[in-house]
Amino acid sequence: MALTALFFYLFAGVTVMSGLLVIVARNPVHAVLWLILAFFNAAGLFVLLGAEFLAMILVVVYVGAVAVLFLFVVMMLDVDFASLRAGFIRHASIGAFVGLVLLVELIMVVGFRVVGKASDVVAGAAKAPASTGPVLTNTEALGRLLYTQYVYFFQAAGLILLVAMIGAIVLTLRHKEGIRRQSIAAQNARTPAAAIEVVKLAPGQVIVPSGERRG
Amino acid sequence: MSALAVYAPLLPELILALGAMALLMLGVFRPEAQEEAGRIMWLAVAVLLASGFAVLQGAGKQQLFDGAFVIDSFGRFMKIVVLVAAAGALVLSFDEMSERKALKFEYPVLVLLAATGMMMMVSANNLISLYLGLELQSLALYVVAAIRRDSTRSSEAGLKYFVLGALSSGMLLYGASLLYGFAGATSFEAIAAAARSPGAGQDLLLVFGLVFLLVGIAFKISAVPFHMWTPDVYEGAPTPVTAFFASAPKVAAMALFIRIVISMFAGVQPQWQQIVVFLAIASMLLGAFAAIRQTNIKRLMAYSSIANMGYALVGLAAGTVEGVQGVLLYMAIYVVMTLGAFAVILAMRRDGTAIEDISELAGLSKTNLPMAFAMAMFMFSLAGIPPLAGFFAKLYVFMAAIKAELYTLAVIGVLASVVGAYYYLRIVKLMFFDEAGQPFEPTLPKERAVQWVAMVLVIAFVLPIISAPLVEAAAAAARTLF
Amino acid sequence: MPELLMTYLPIAIFIGVALVIGLALMIAPFLVAVRNPDPEKVSAYECGFNAFDDARMKFDVRFYLVAILFIIFDLEVAFLFPWAVAFKEVGAFGFWSMMIFLGVLTIGFIYEWRKGALEWD
Repeated sequence: MALTALFFYLFAGVTVMSGLLVIVARNPVHAVLWLILAFFNAAGLFVLLGAEFLAMILVVVYVGAVAVLFLFVVMMLDVDFASLRAGFIRHASIGAFVGLVLLVELIMVVGFRVVGKASDVVAGAAKAPASTGPVLTNTEALGRLLYTQYVYFFQAAGLILLVAMIGAIVLTLRHKEGIRRQSIAAQNARTPAAAIEVVKLAPGQVIVPSGERRG
Repeated sequence: MSALAVYAPLLPELILALGAMALLMLGVFRPEAQEEAGRIMWLAVAVLLASGFAVLQGAGKQQLFDGAFVIDSFGRFMKIVVLVAAAGALVLSFDEMSERKALKFEYPVLVLLAATGMMMMVSANNLISLYLGLELQSLALYVVAAIRRDSTRSSEAGLKYFVLGALSSGMLLYGASLLYGFAGATSFEAIAAAARSPGAGQDLLLVFGLVFLLVGIAFKISAVPFHMWTPDVYEGAPTPVTAFFASAPKVAAMALFIRIVISMFAGVQPQWQQIVVFLAIASMLLGAFAAIRQTNIKRLMAYSSIANMGYALVGLAAGTVEGVQGVLLYMAIYVVMTLGAFAVILAMRRDGTAIEDISELAGLSKTNLPMAFAMAMFMFSLAGIPPLAGFFAKLYVFMAAIKAELYTLAVIGVLASVVGAYYYLRIVKLMFFDEAGQPFEPTLPKERAVQWVAMVLVIAFVLPIISAPLVEAAAAAARTLF
Repeated sequence: MPELLMTYLPIAIFIGVALVIGLALMIAPFLVAVRNPDPEKVSAYECGFNAFDDARMKFDVRFYLVAILFIIFDLEVAFLFPWAVAFKEVGAFGFWSMMIFLGVLTIGFIYEWRKGALEWD
């Protein structure tokens, strides 16, 4: 049990610390790297809670894809981050105030329920999934519910992904003008009749092949 | 086949989703589709109408997917209003899309998908379906706001909408997770049962969950103090898109608001009532005063919509059958007035460019009397002048508030609508009594059709033959929630 | 310690050992290596001439599209895992519900293909 608690504080501590470093890191690329560390530790916390599948998905999706997207975006933007940061101190007080309000609210909400039994929280959370019936792995339990009982939510998620796909293409896809693309089907379908032009030339006459005229 | 019959109540949503996908394929498989944009637009309107027809086929209260999806006459009323609003906004987009080619063929597809999300919101009876519906709607709207991606203002509108929308979704999720922590379930019924238990009103978990959930939805209906995005987004988005934003999403979010507070938080009415009263007063006052100084007509409409959401919330604050009936009527009439006003705004065009300055309306009565008359009717109606529809809308919500003994709220509402009347009437004065400027281009038939239909509805609402069925339907819809 | 977490003990120990070795090799040079920097040694090496400008150049926005489309299909695959694991239990209903989900995303895929979003130029 002590070992579980040790790992909990390790993961939680590193998550909080790397979360803090995300917002204070000077270099945006470093900020994204700290974010990745935060994701990894959050995955660790999920494992402690018994949510193995969620932990693995967090690593695959967030670390593998979302963080990479963040890196791309950071590299894409030609923003002078130093000047963006100039107002940081000025606005930090407001941000700190908002954060403080949220923290107080969270403590009020959670605090009064767990007061006096904080020590059980870690242990209880880790114990709960282990006690659920026979050998039903996390992924399997999810699979049994997601596609039958929760089919409505599942299909709605599919539609949301479709909208995301359309949105990304509508907003960012641009084709460069004047690029000649390779069309293998058209190349294979070319016949001598279409490709060769027989022209009778009078002496001294100059012609331009029709293909070049088209440009 | 009979096994699938269980899903019959889902038919309107299925029609919308499948229609959207079919149009997407049609658009992408026909390279000339850009030229045929008008046809895709018509098909999209047809899909919306087919879905509306399917909604009308339903009867009674049905639940699907363990209660995650519910359809009752309240839902049907709101769905019809949403679909009519979306169809009206699409009709208004024709010119922008097919003649000016400023919108892509994806626009009607995204509108259909957004409408699907709105229908899911109206039918949501579970925190998860609420969130998924809301996200489906919002994601499509973010894209639509920025659809004219080469325009800085349109991109800015999309980005602002996205950032603030994501913030509101975060708030909503936070609230939803607190409510799950409180009740141990995500279905509205289970939360309602837990909220009815004695002493629930003192439970901080419930109170904070309630507050955050309502904050998230207040963002979506742009109630003050969560309205900051509205003027900028309305101004920056292409005008037909703004017409869509001002109508359908508001109705869907309001439906969600009503269902949440009336059926989920019935047990803690004093708690949510304070919030709704505050939102209503702040929205009415800010909407009335901030609109006075606007010079851009789209920004004016943004503040007007903020104020209108405030008036609608007055009815909700009453928390009674009459109050909910008032909100339903208010939303239906609001949609008609808004679409009509936007049909006029879209027709403000000179040399192929849209004019958005209010002062350009000066002397419109001399150059285009029918349009000036229609606009005057919408402005009078929005100002709540009898015997137009807007007057009855306000009458119902204020009467409900007085019956529920919310006298202060009703008085502030009346005062705010007096202030609001100033800027609506200023436009009428501009059009009828000021020097005429250059005439606008001739109004396009589709815009004129929307103007006229909306105007006839606004004027004819005083006749019982028009209003009675609507009032009756709203009353029946409101009763199903109690 | 719960049984579930015990199964993760080897990987925890593995990561711990890897961390210790990795950090040791990174920190050791700071402590023991000879350091004698001068401007020529620490400047960027550009094959004989001075660096023209900052090495951090802007990425093409097209990478963004590729990345976001990748995320969407990544999520789709994430949904396939539990389905595959519980395939025998979810029956025909679960099978068809996944087929519909895949169908919706296939529509998106066809759209993306026809639009040319998969081509680089």
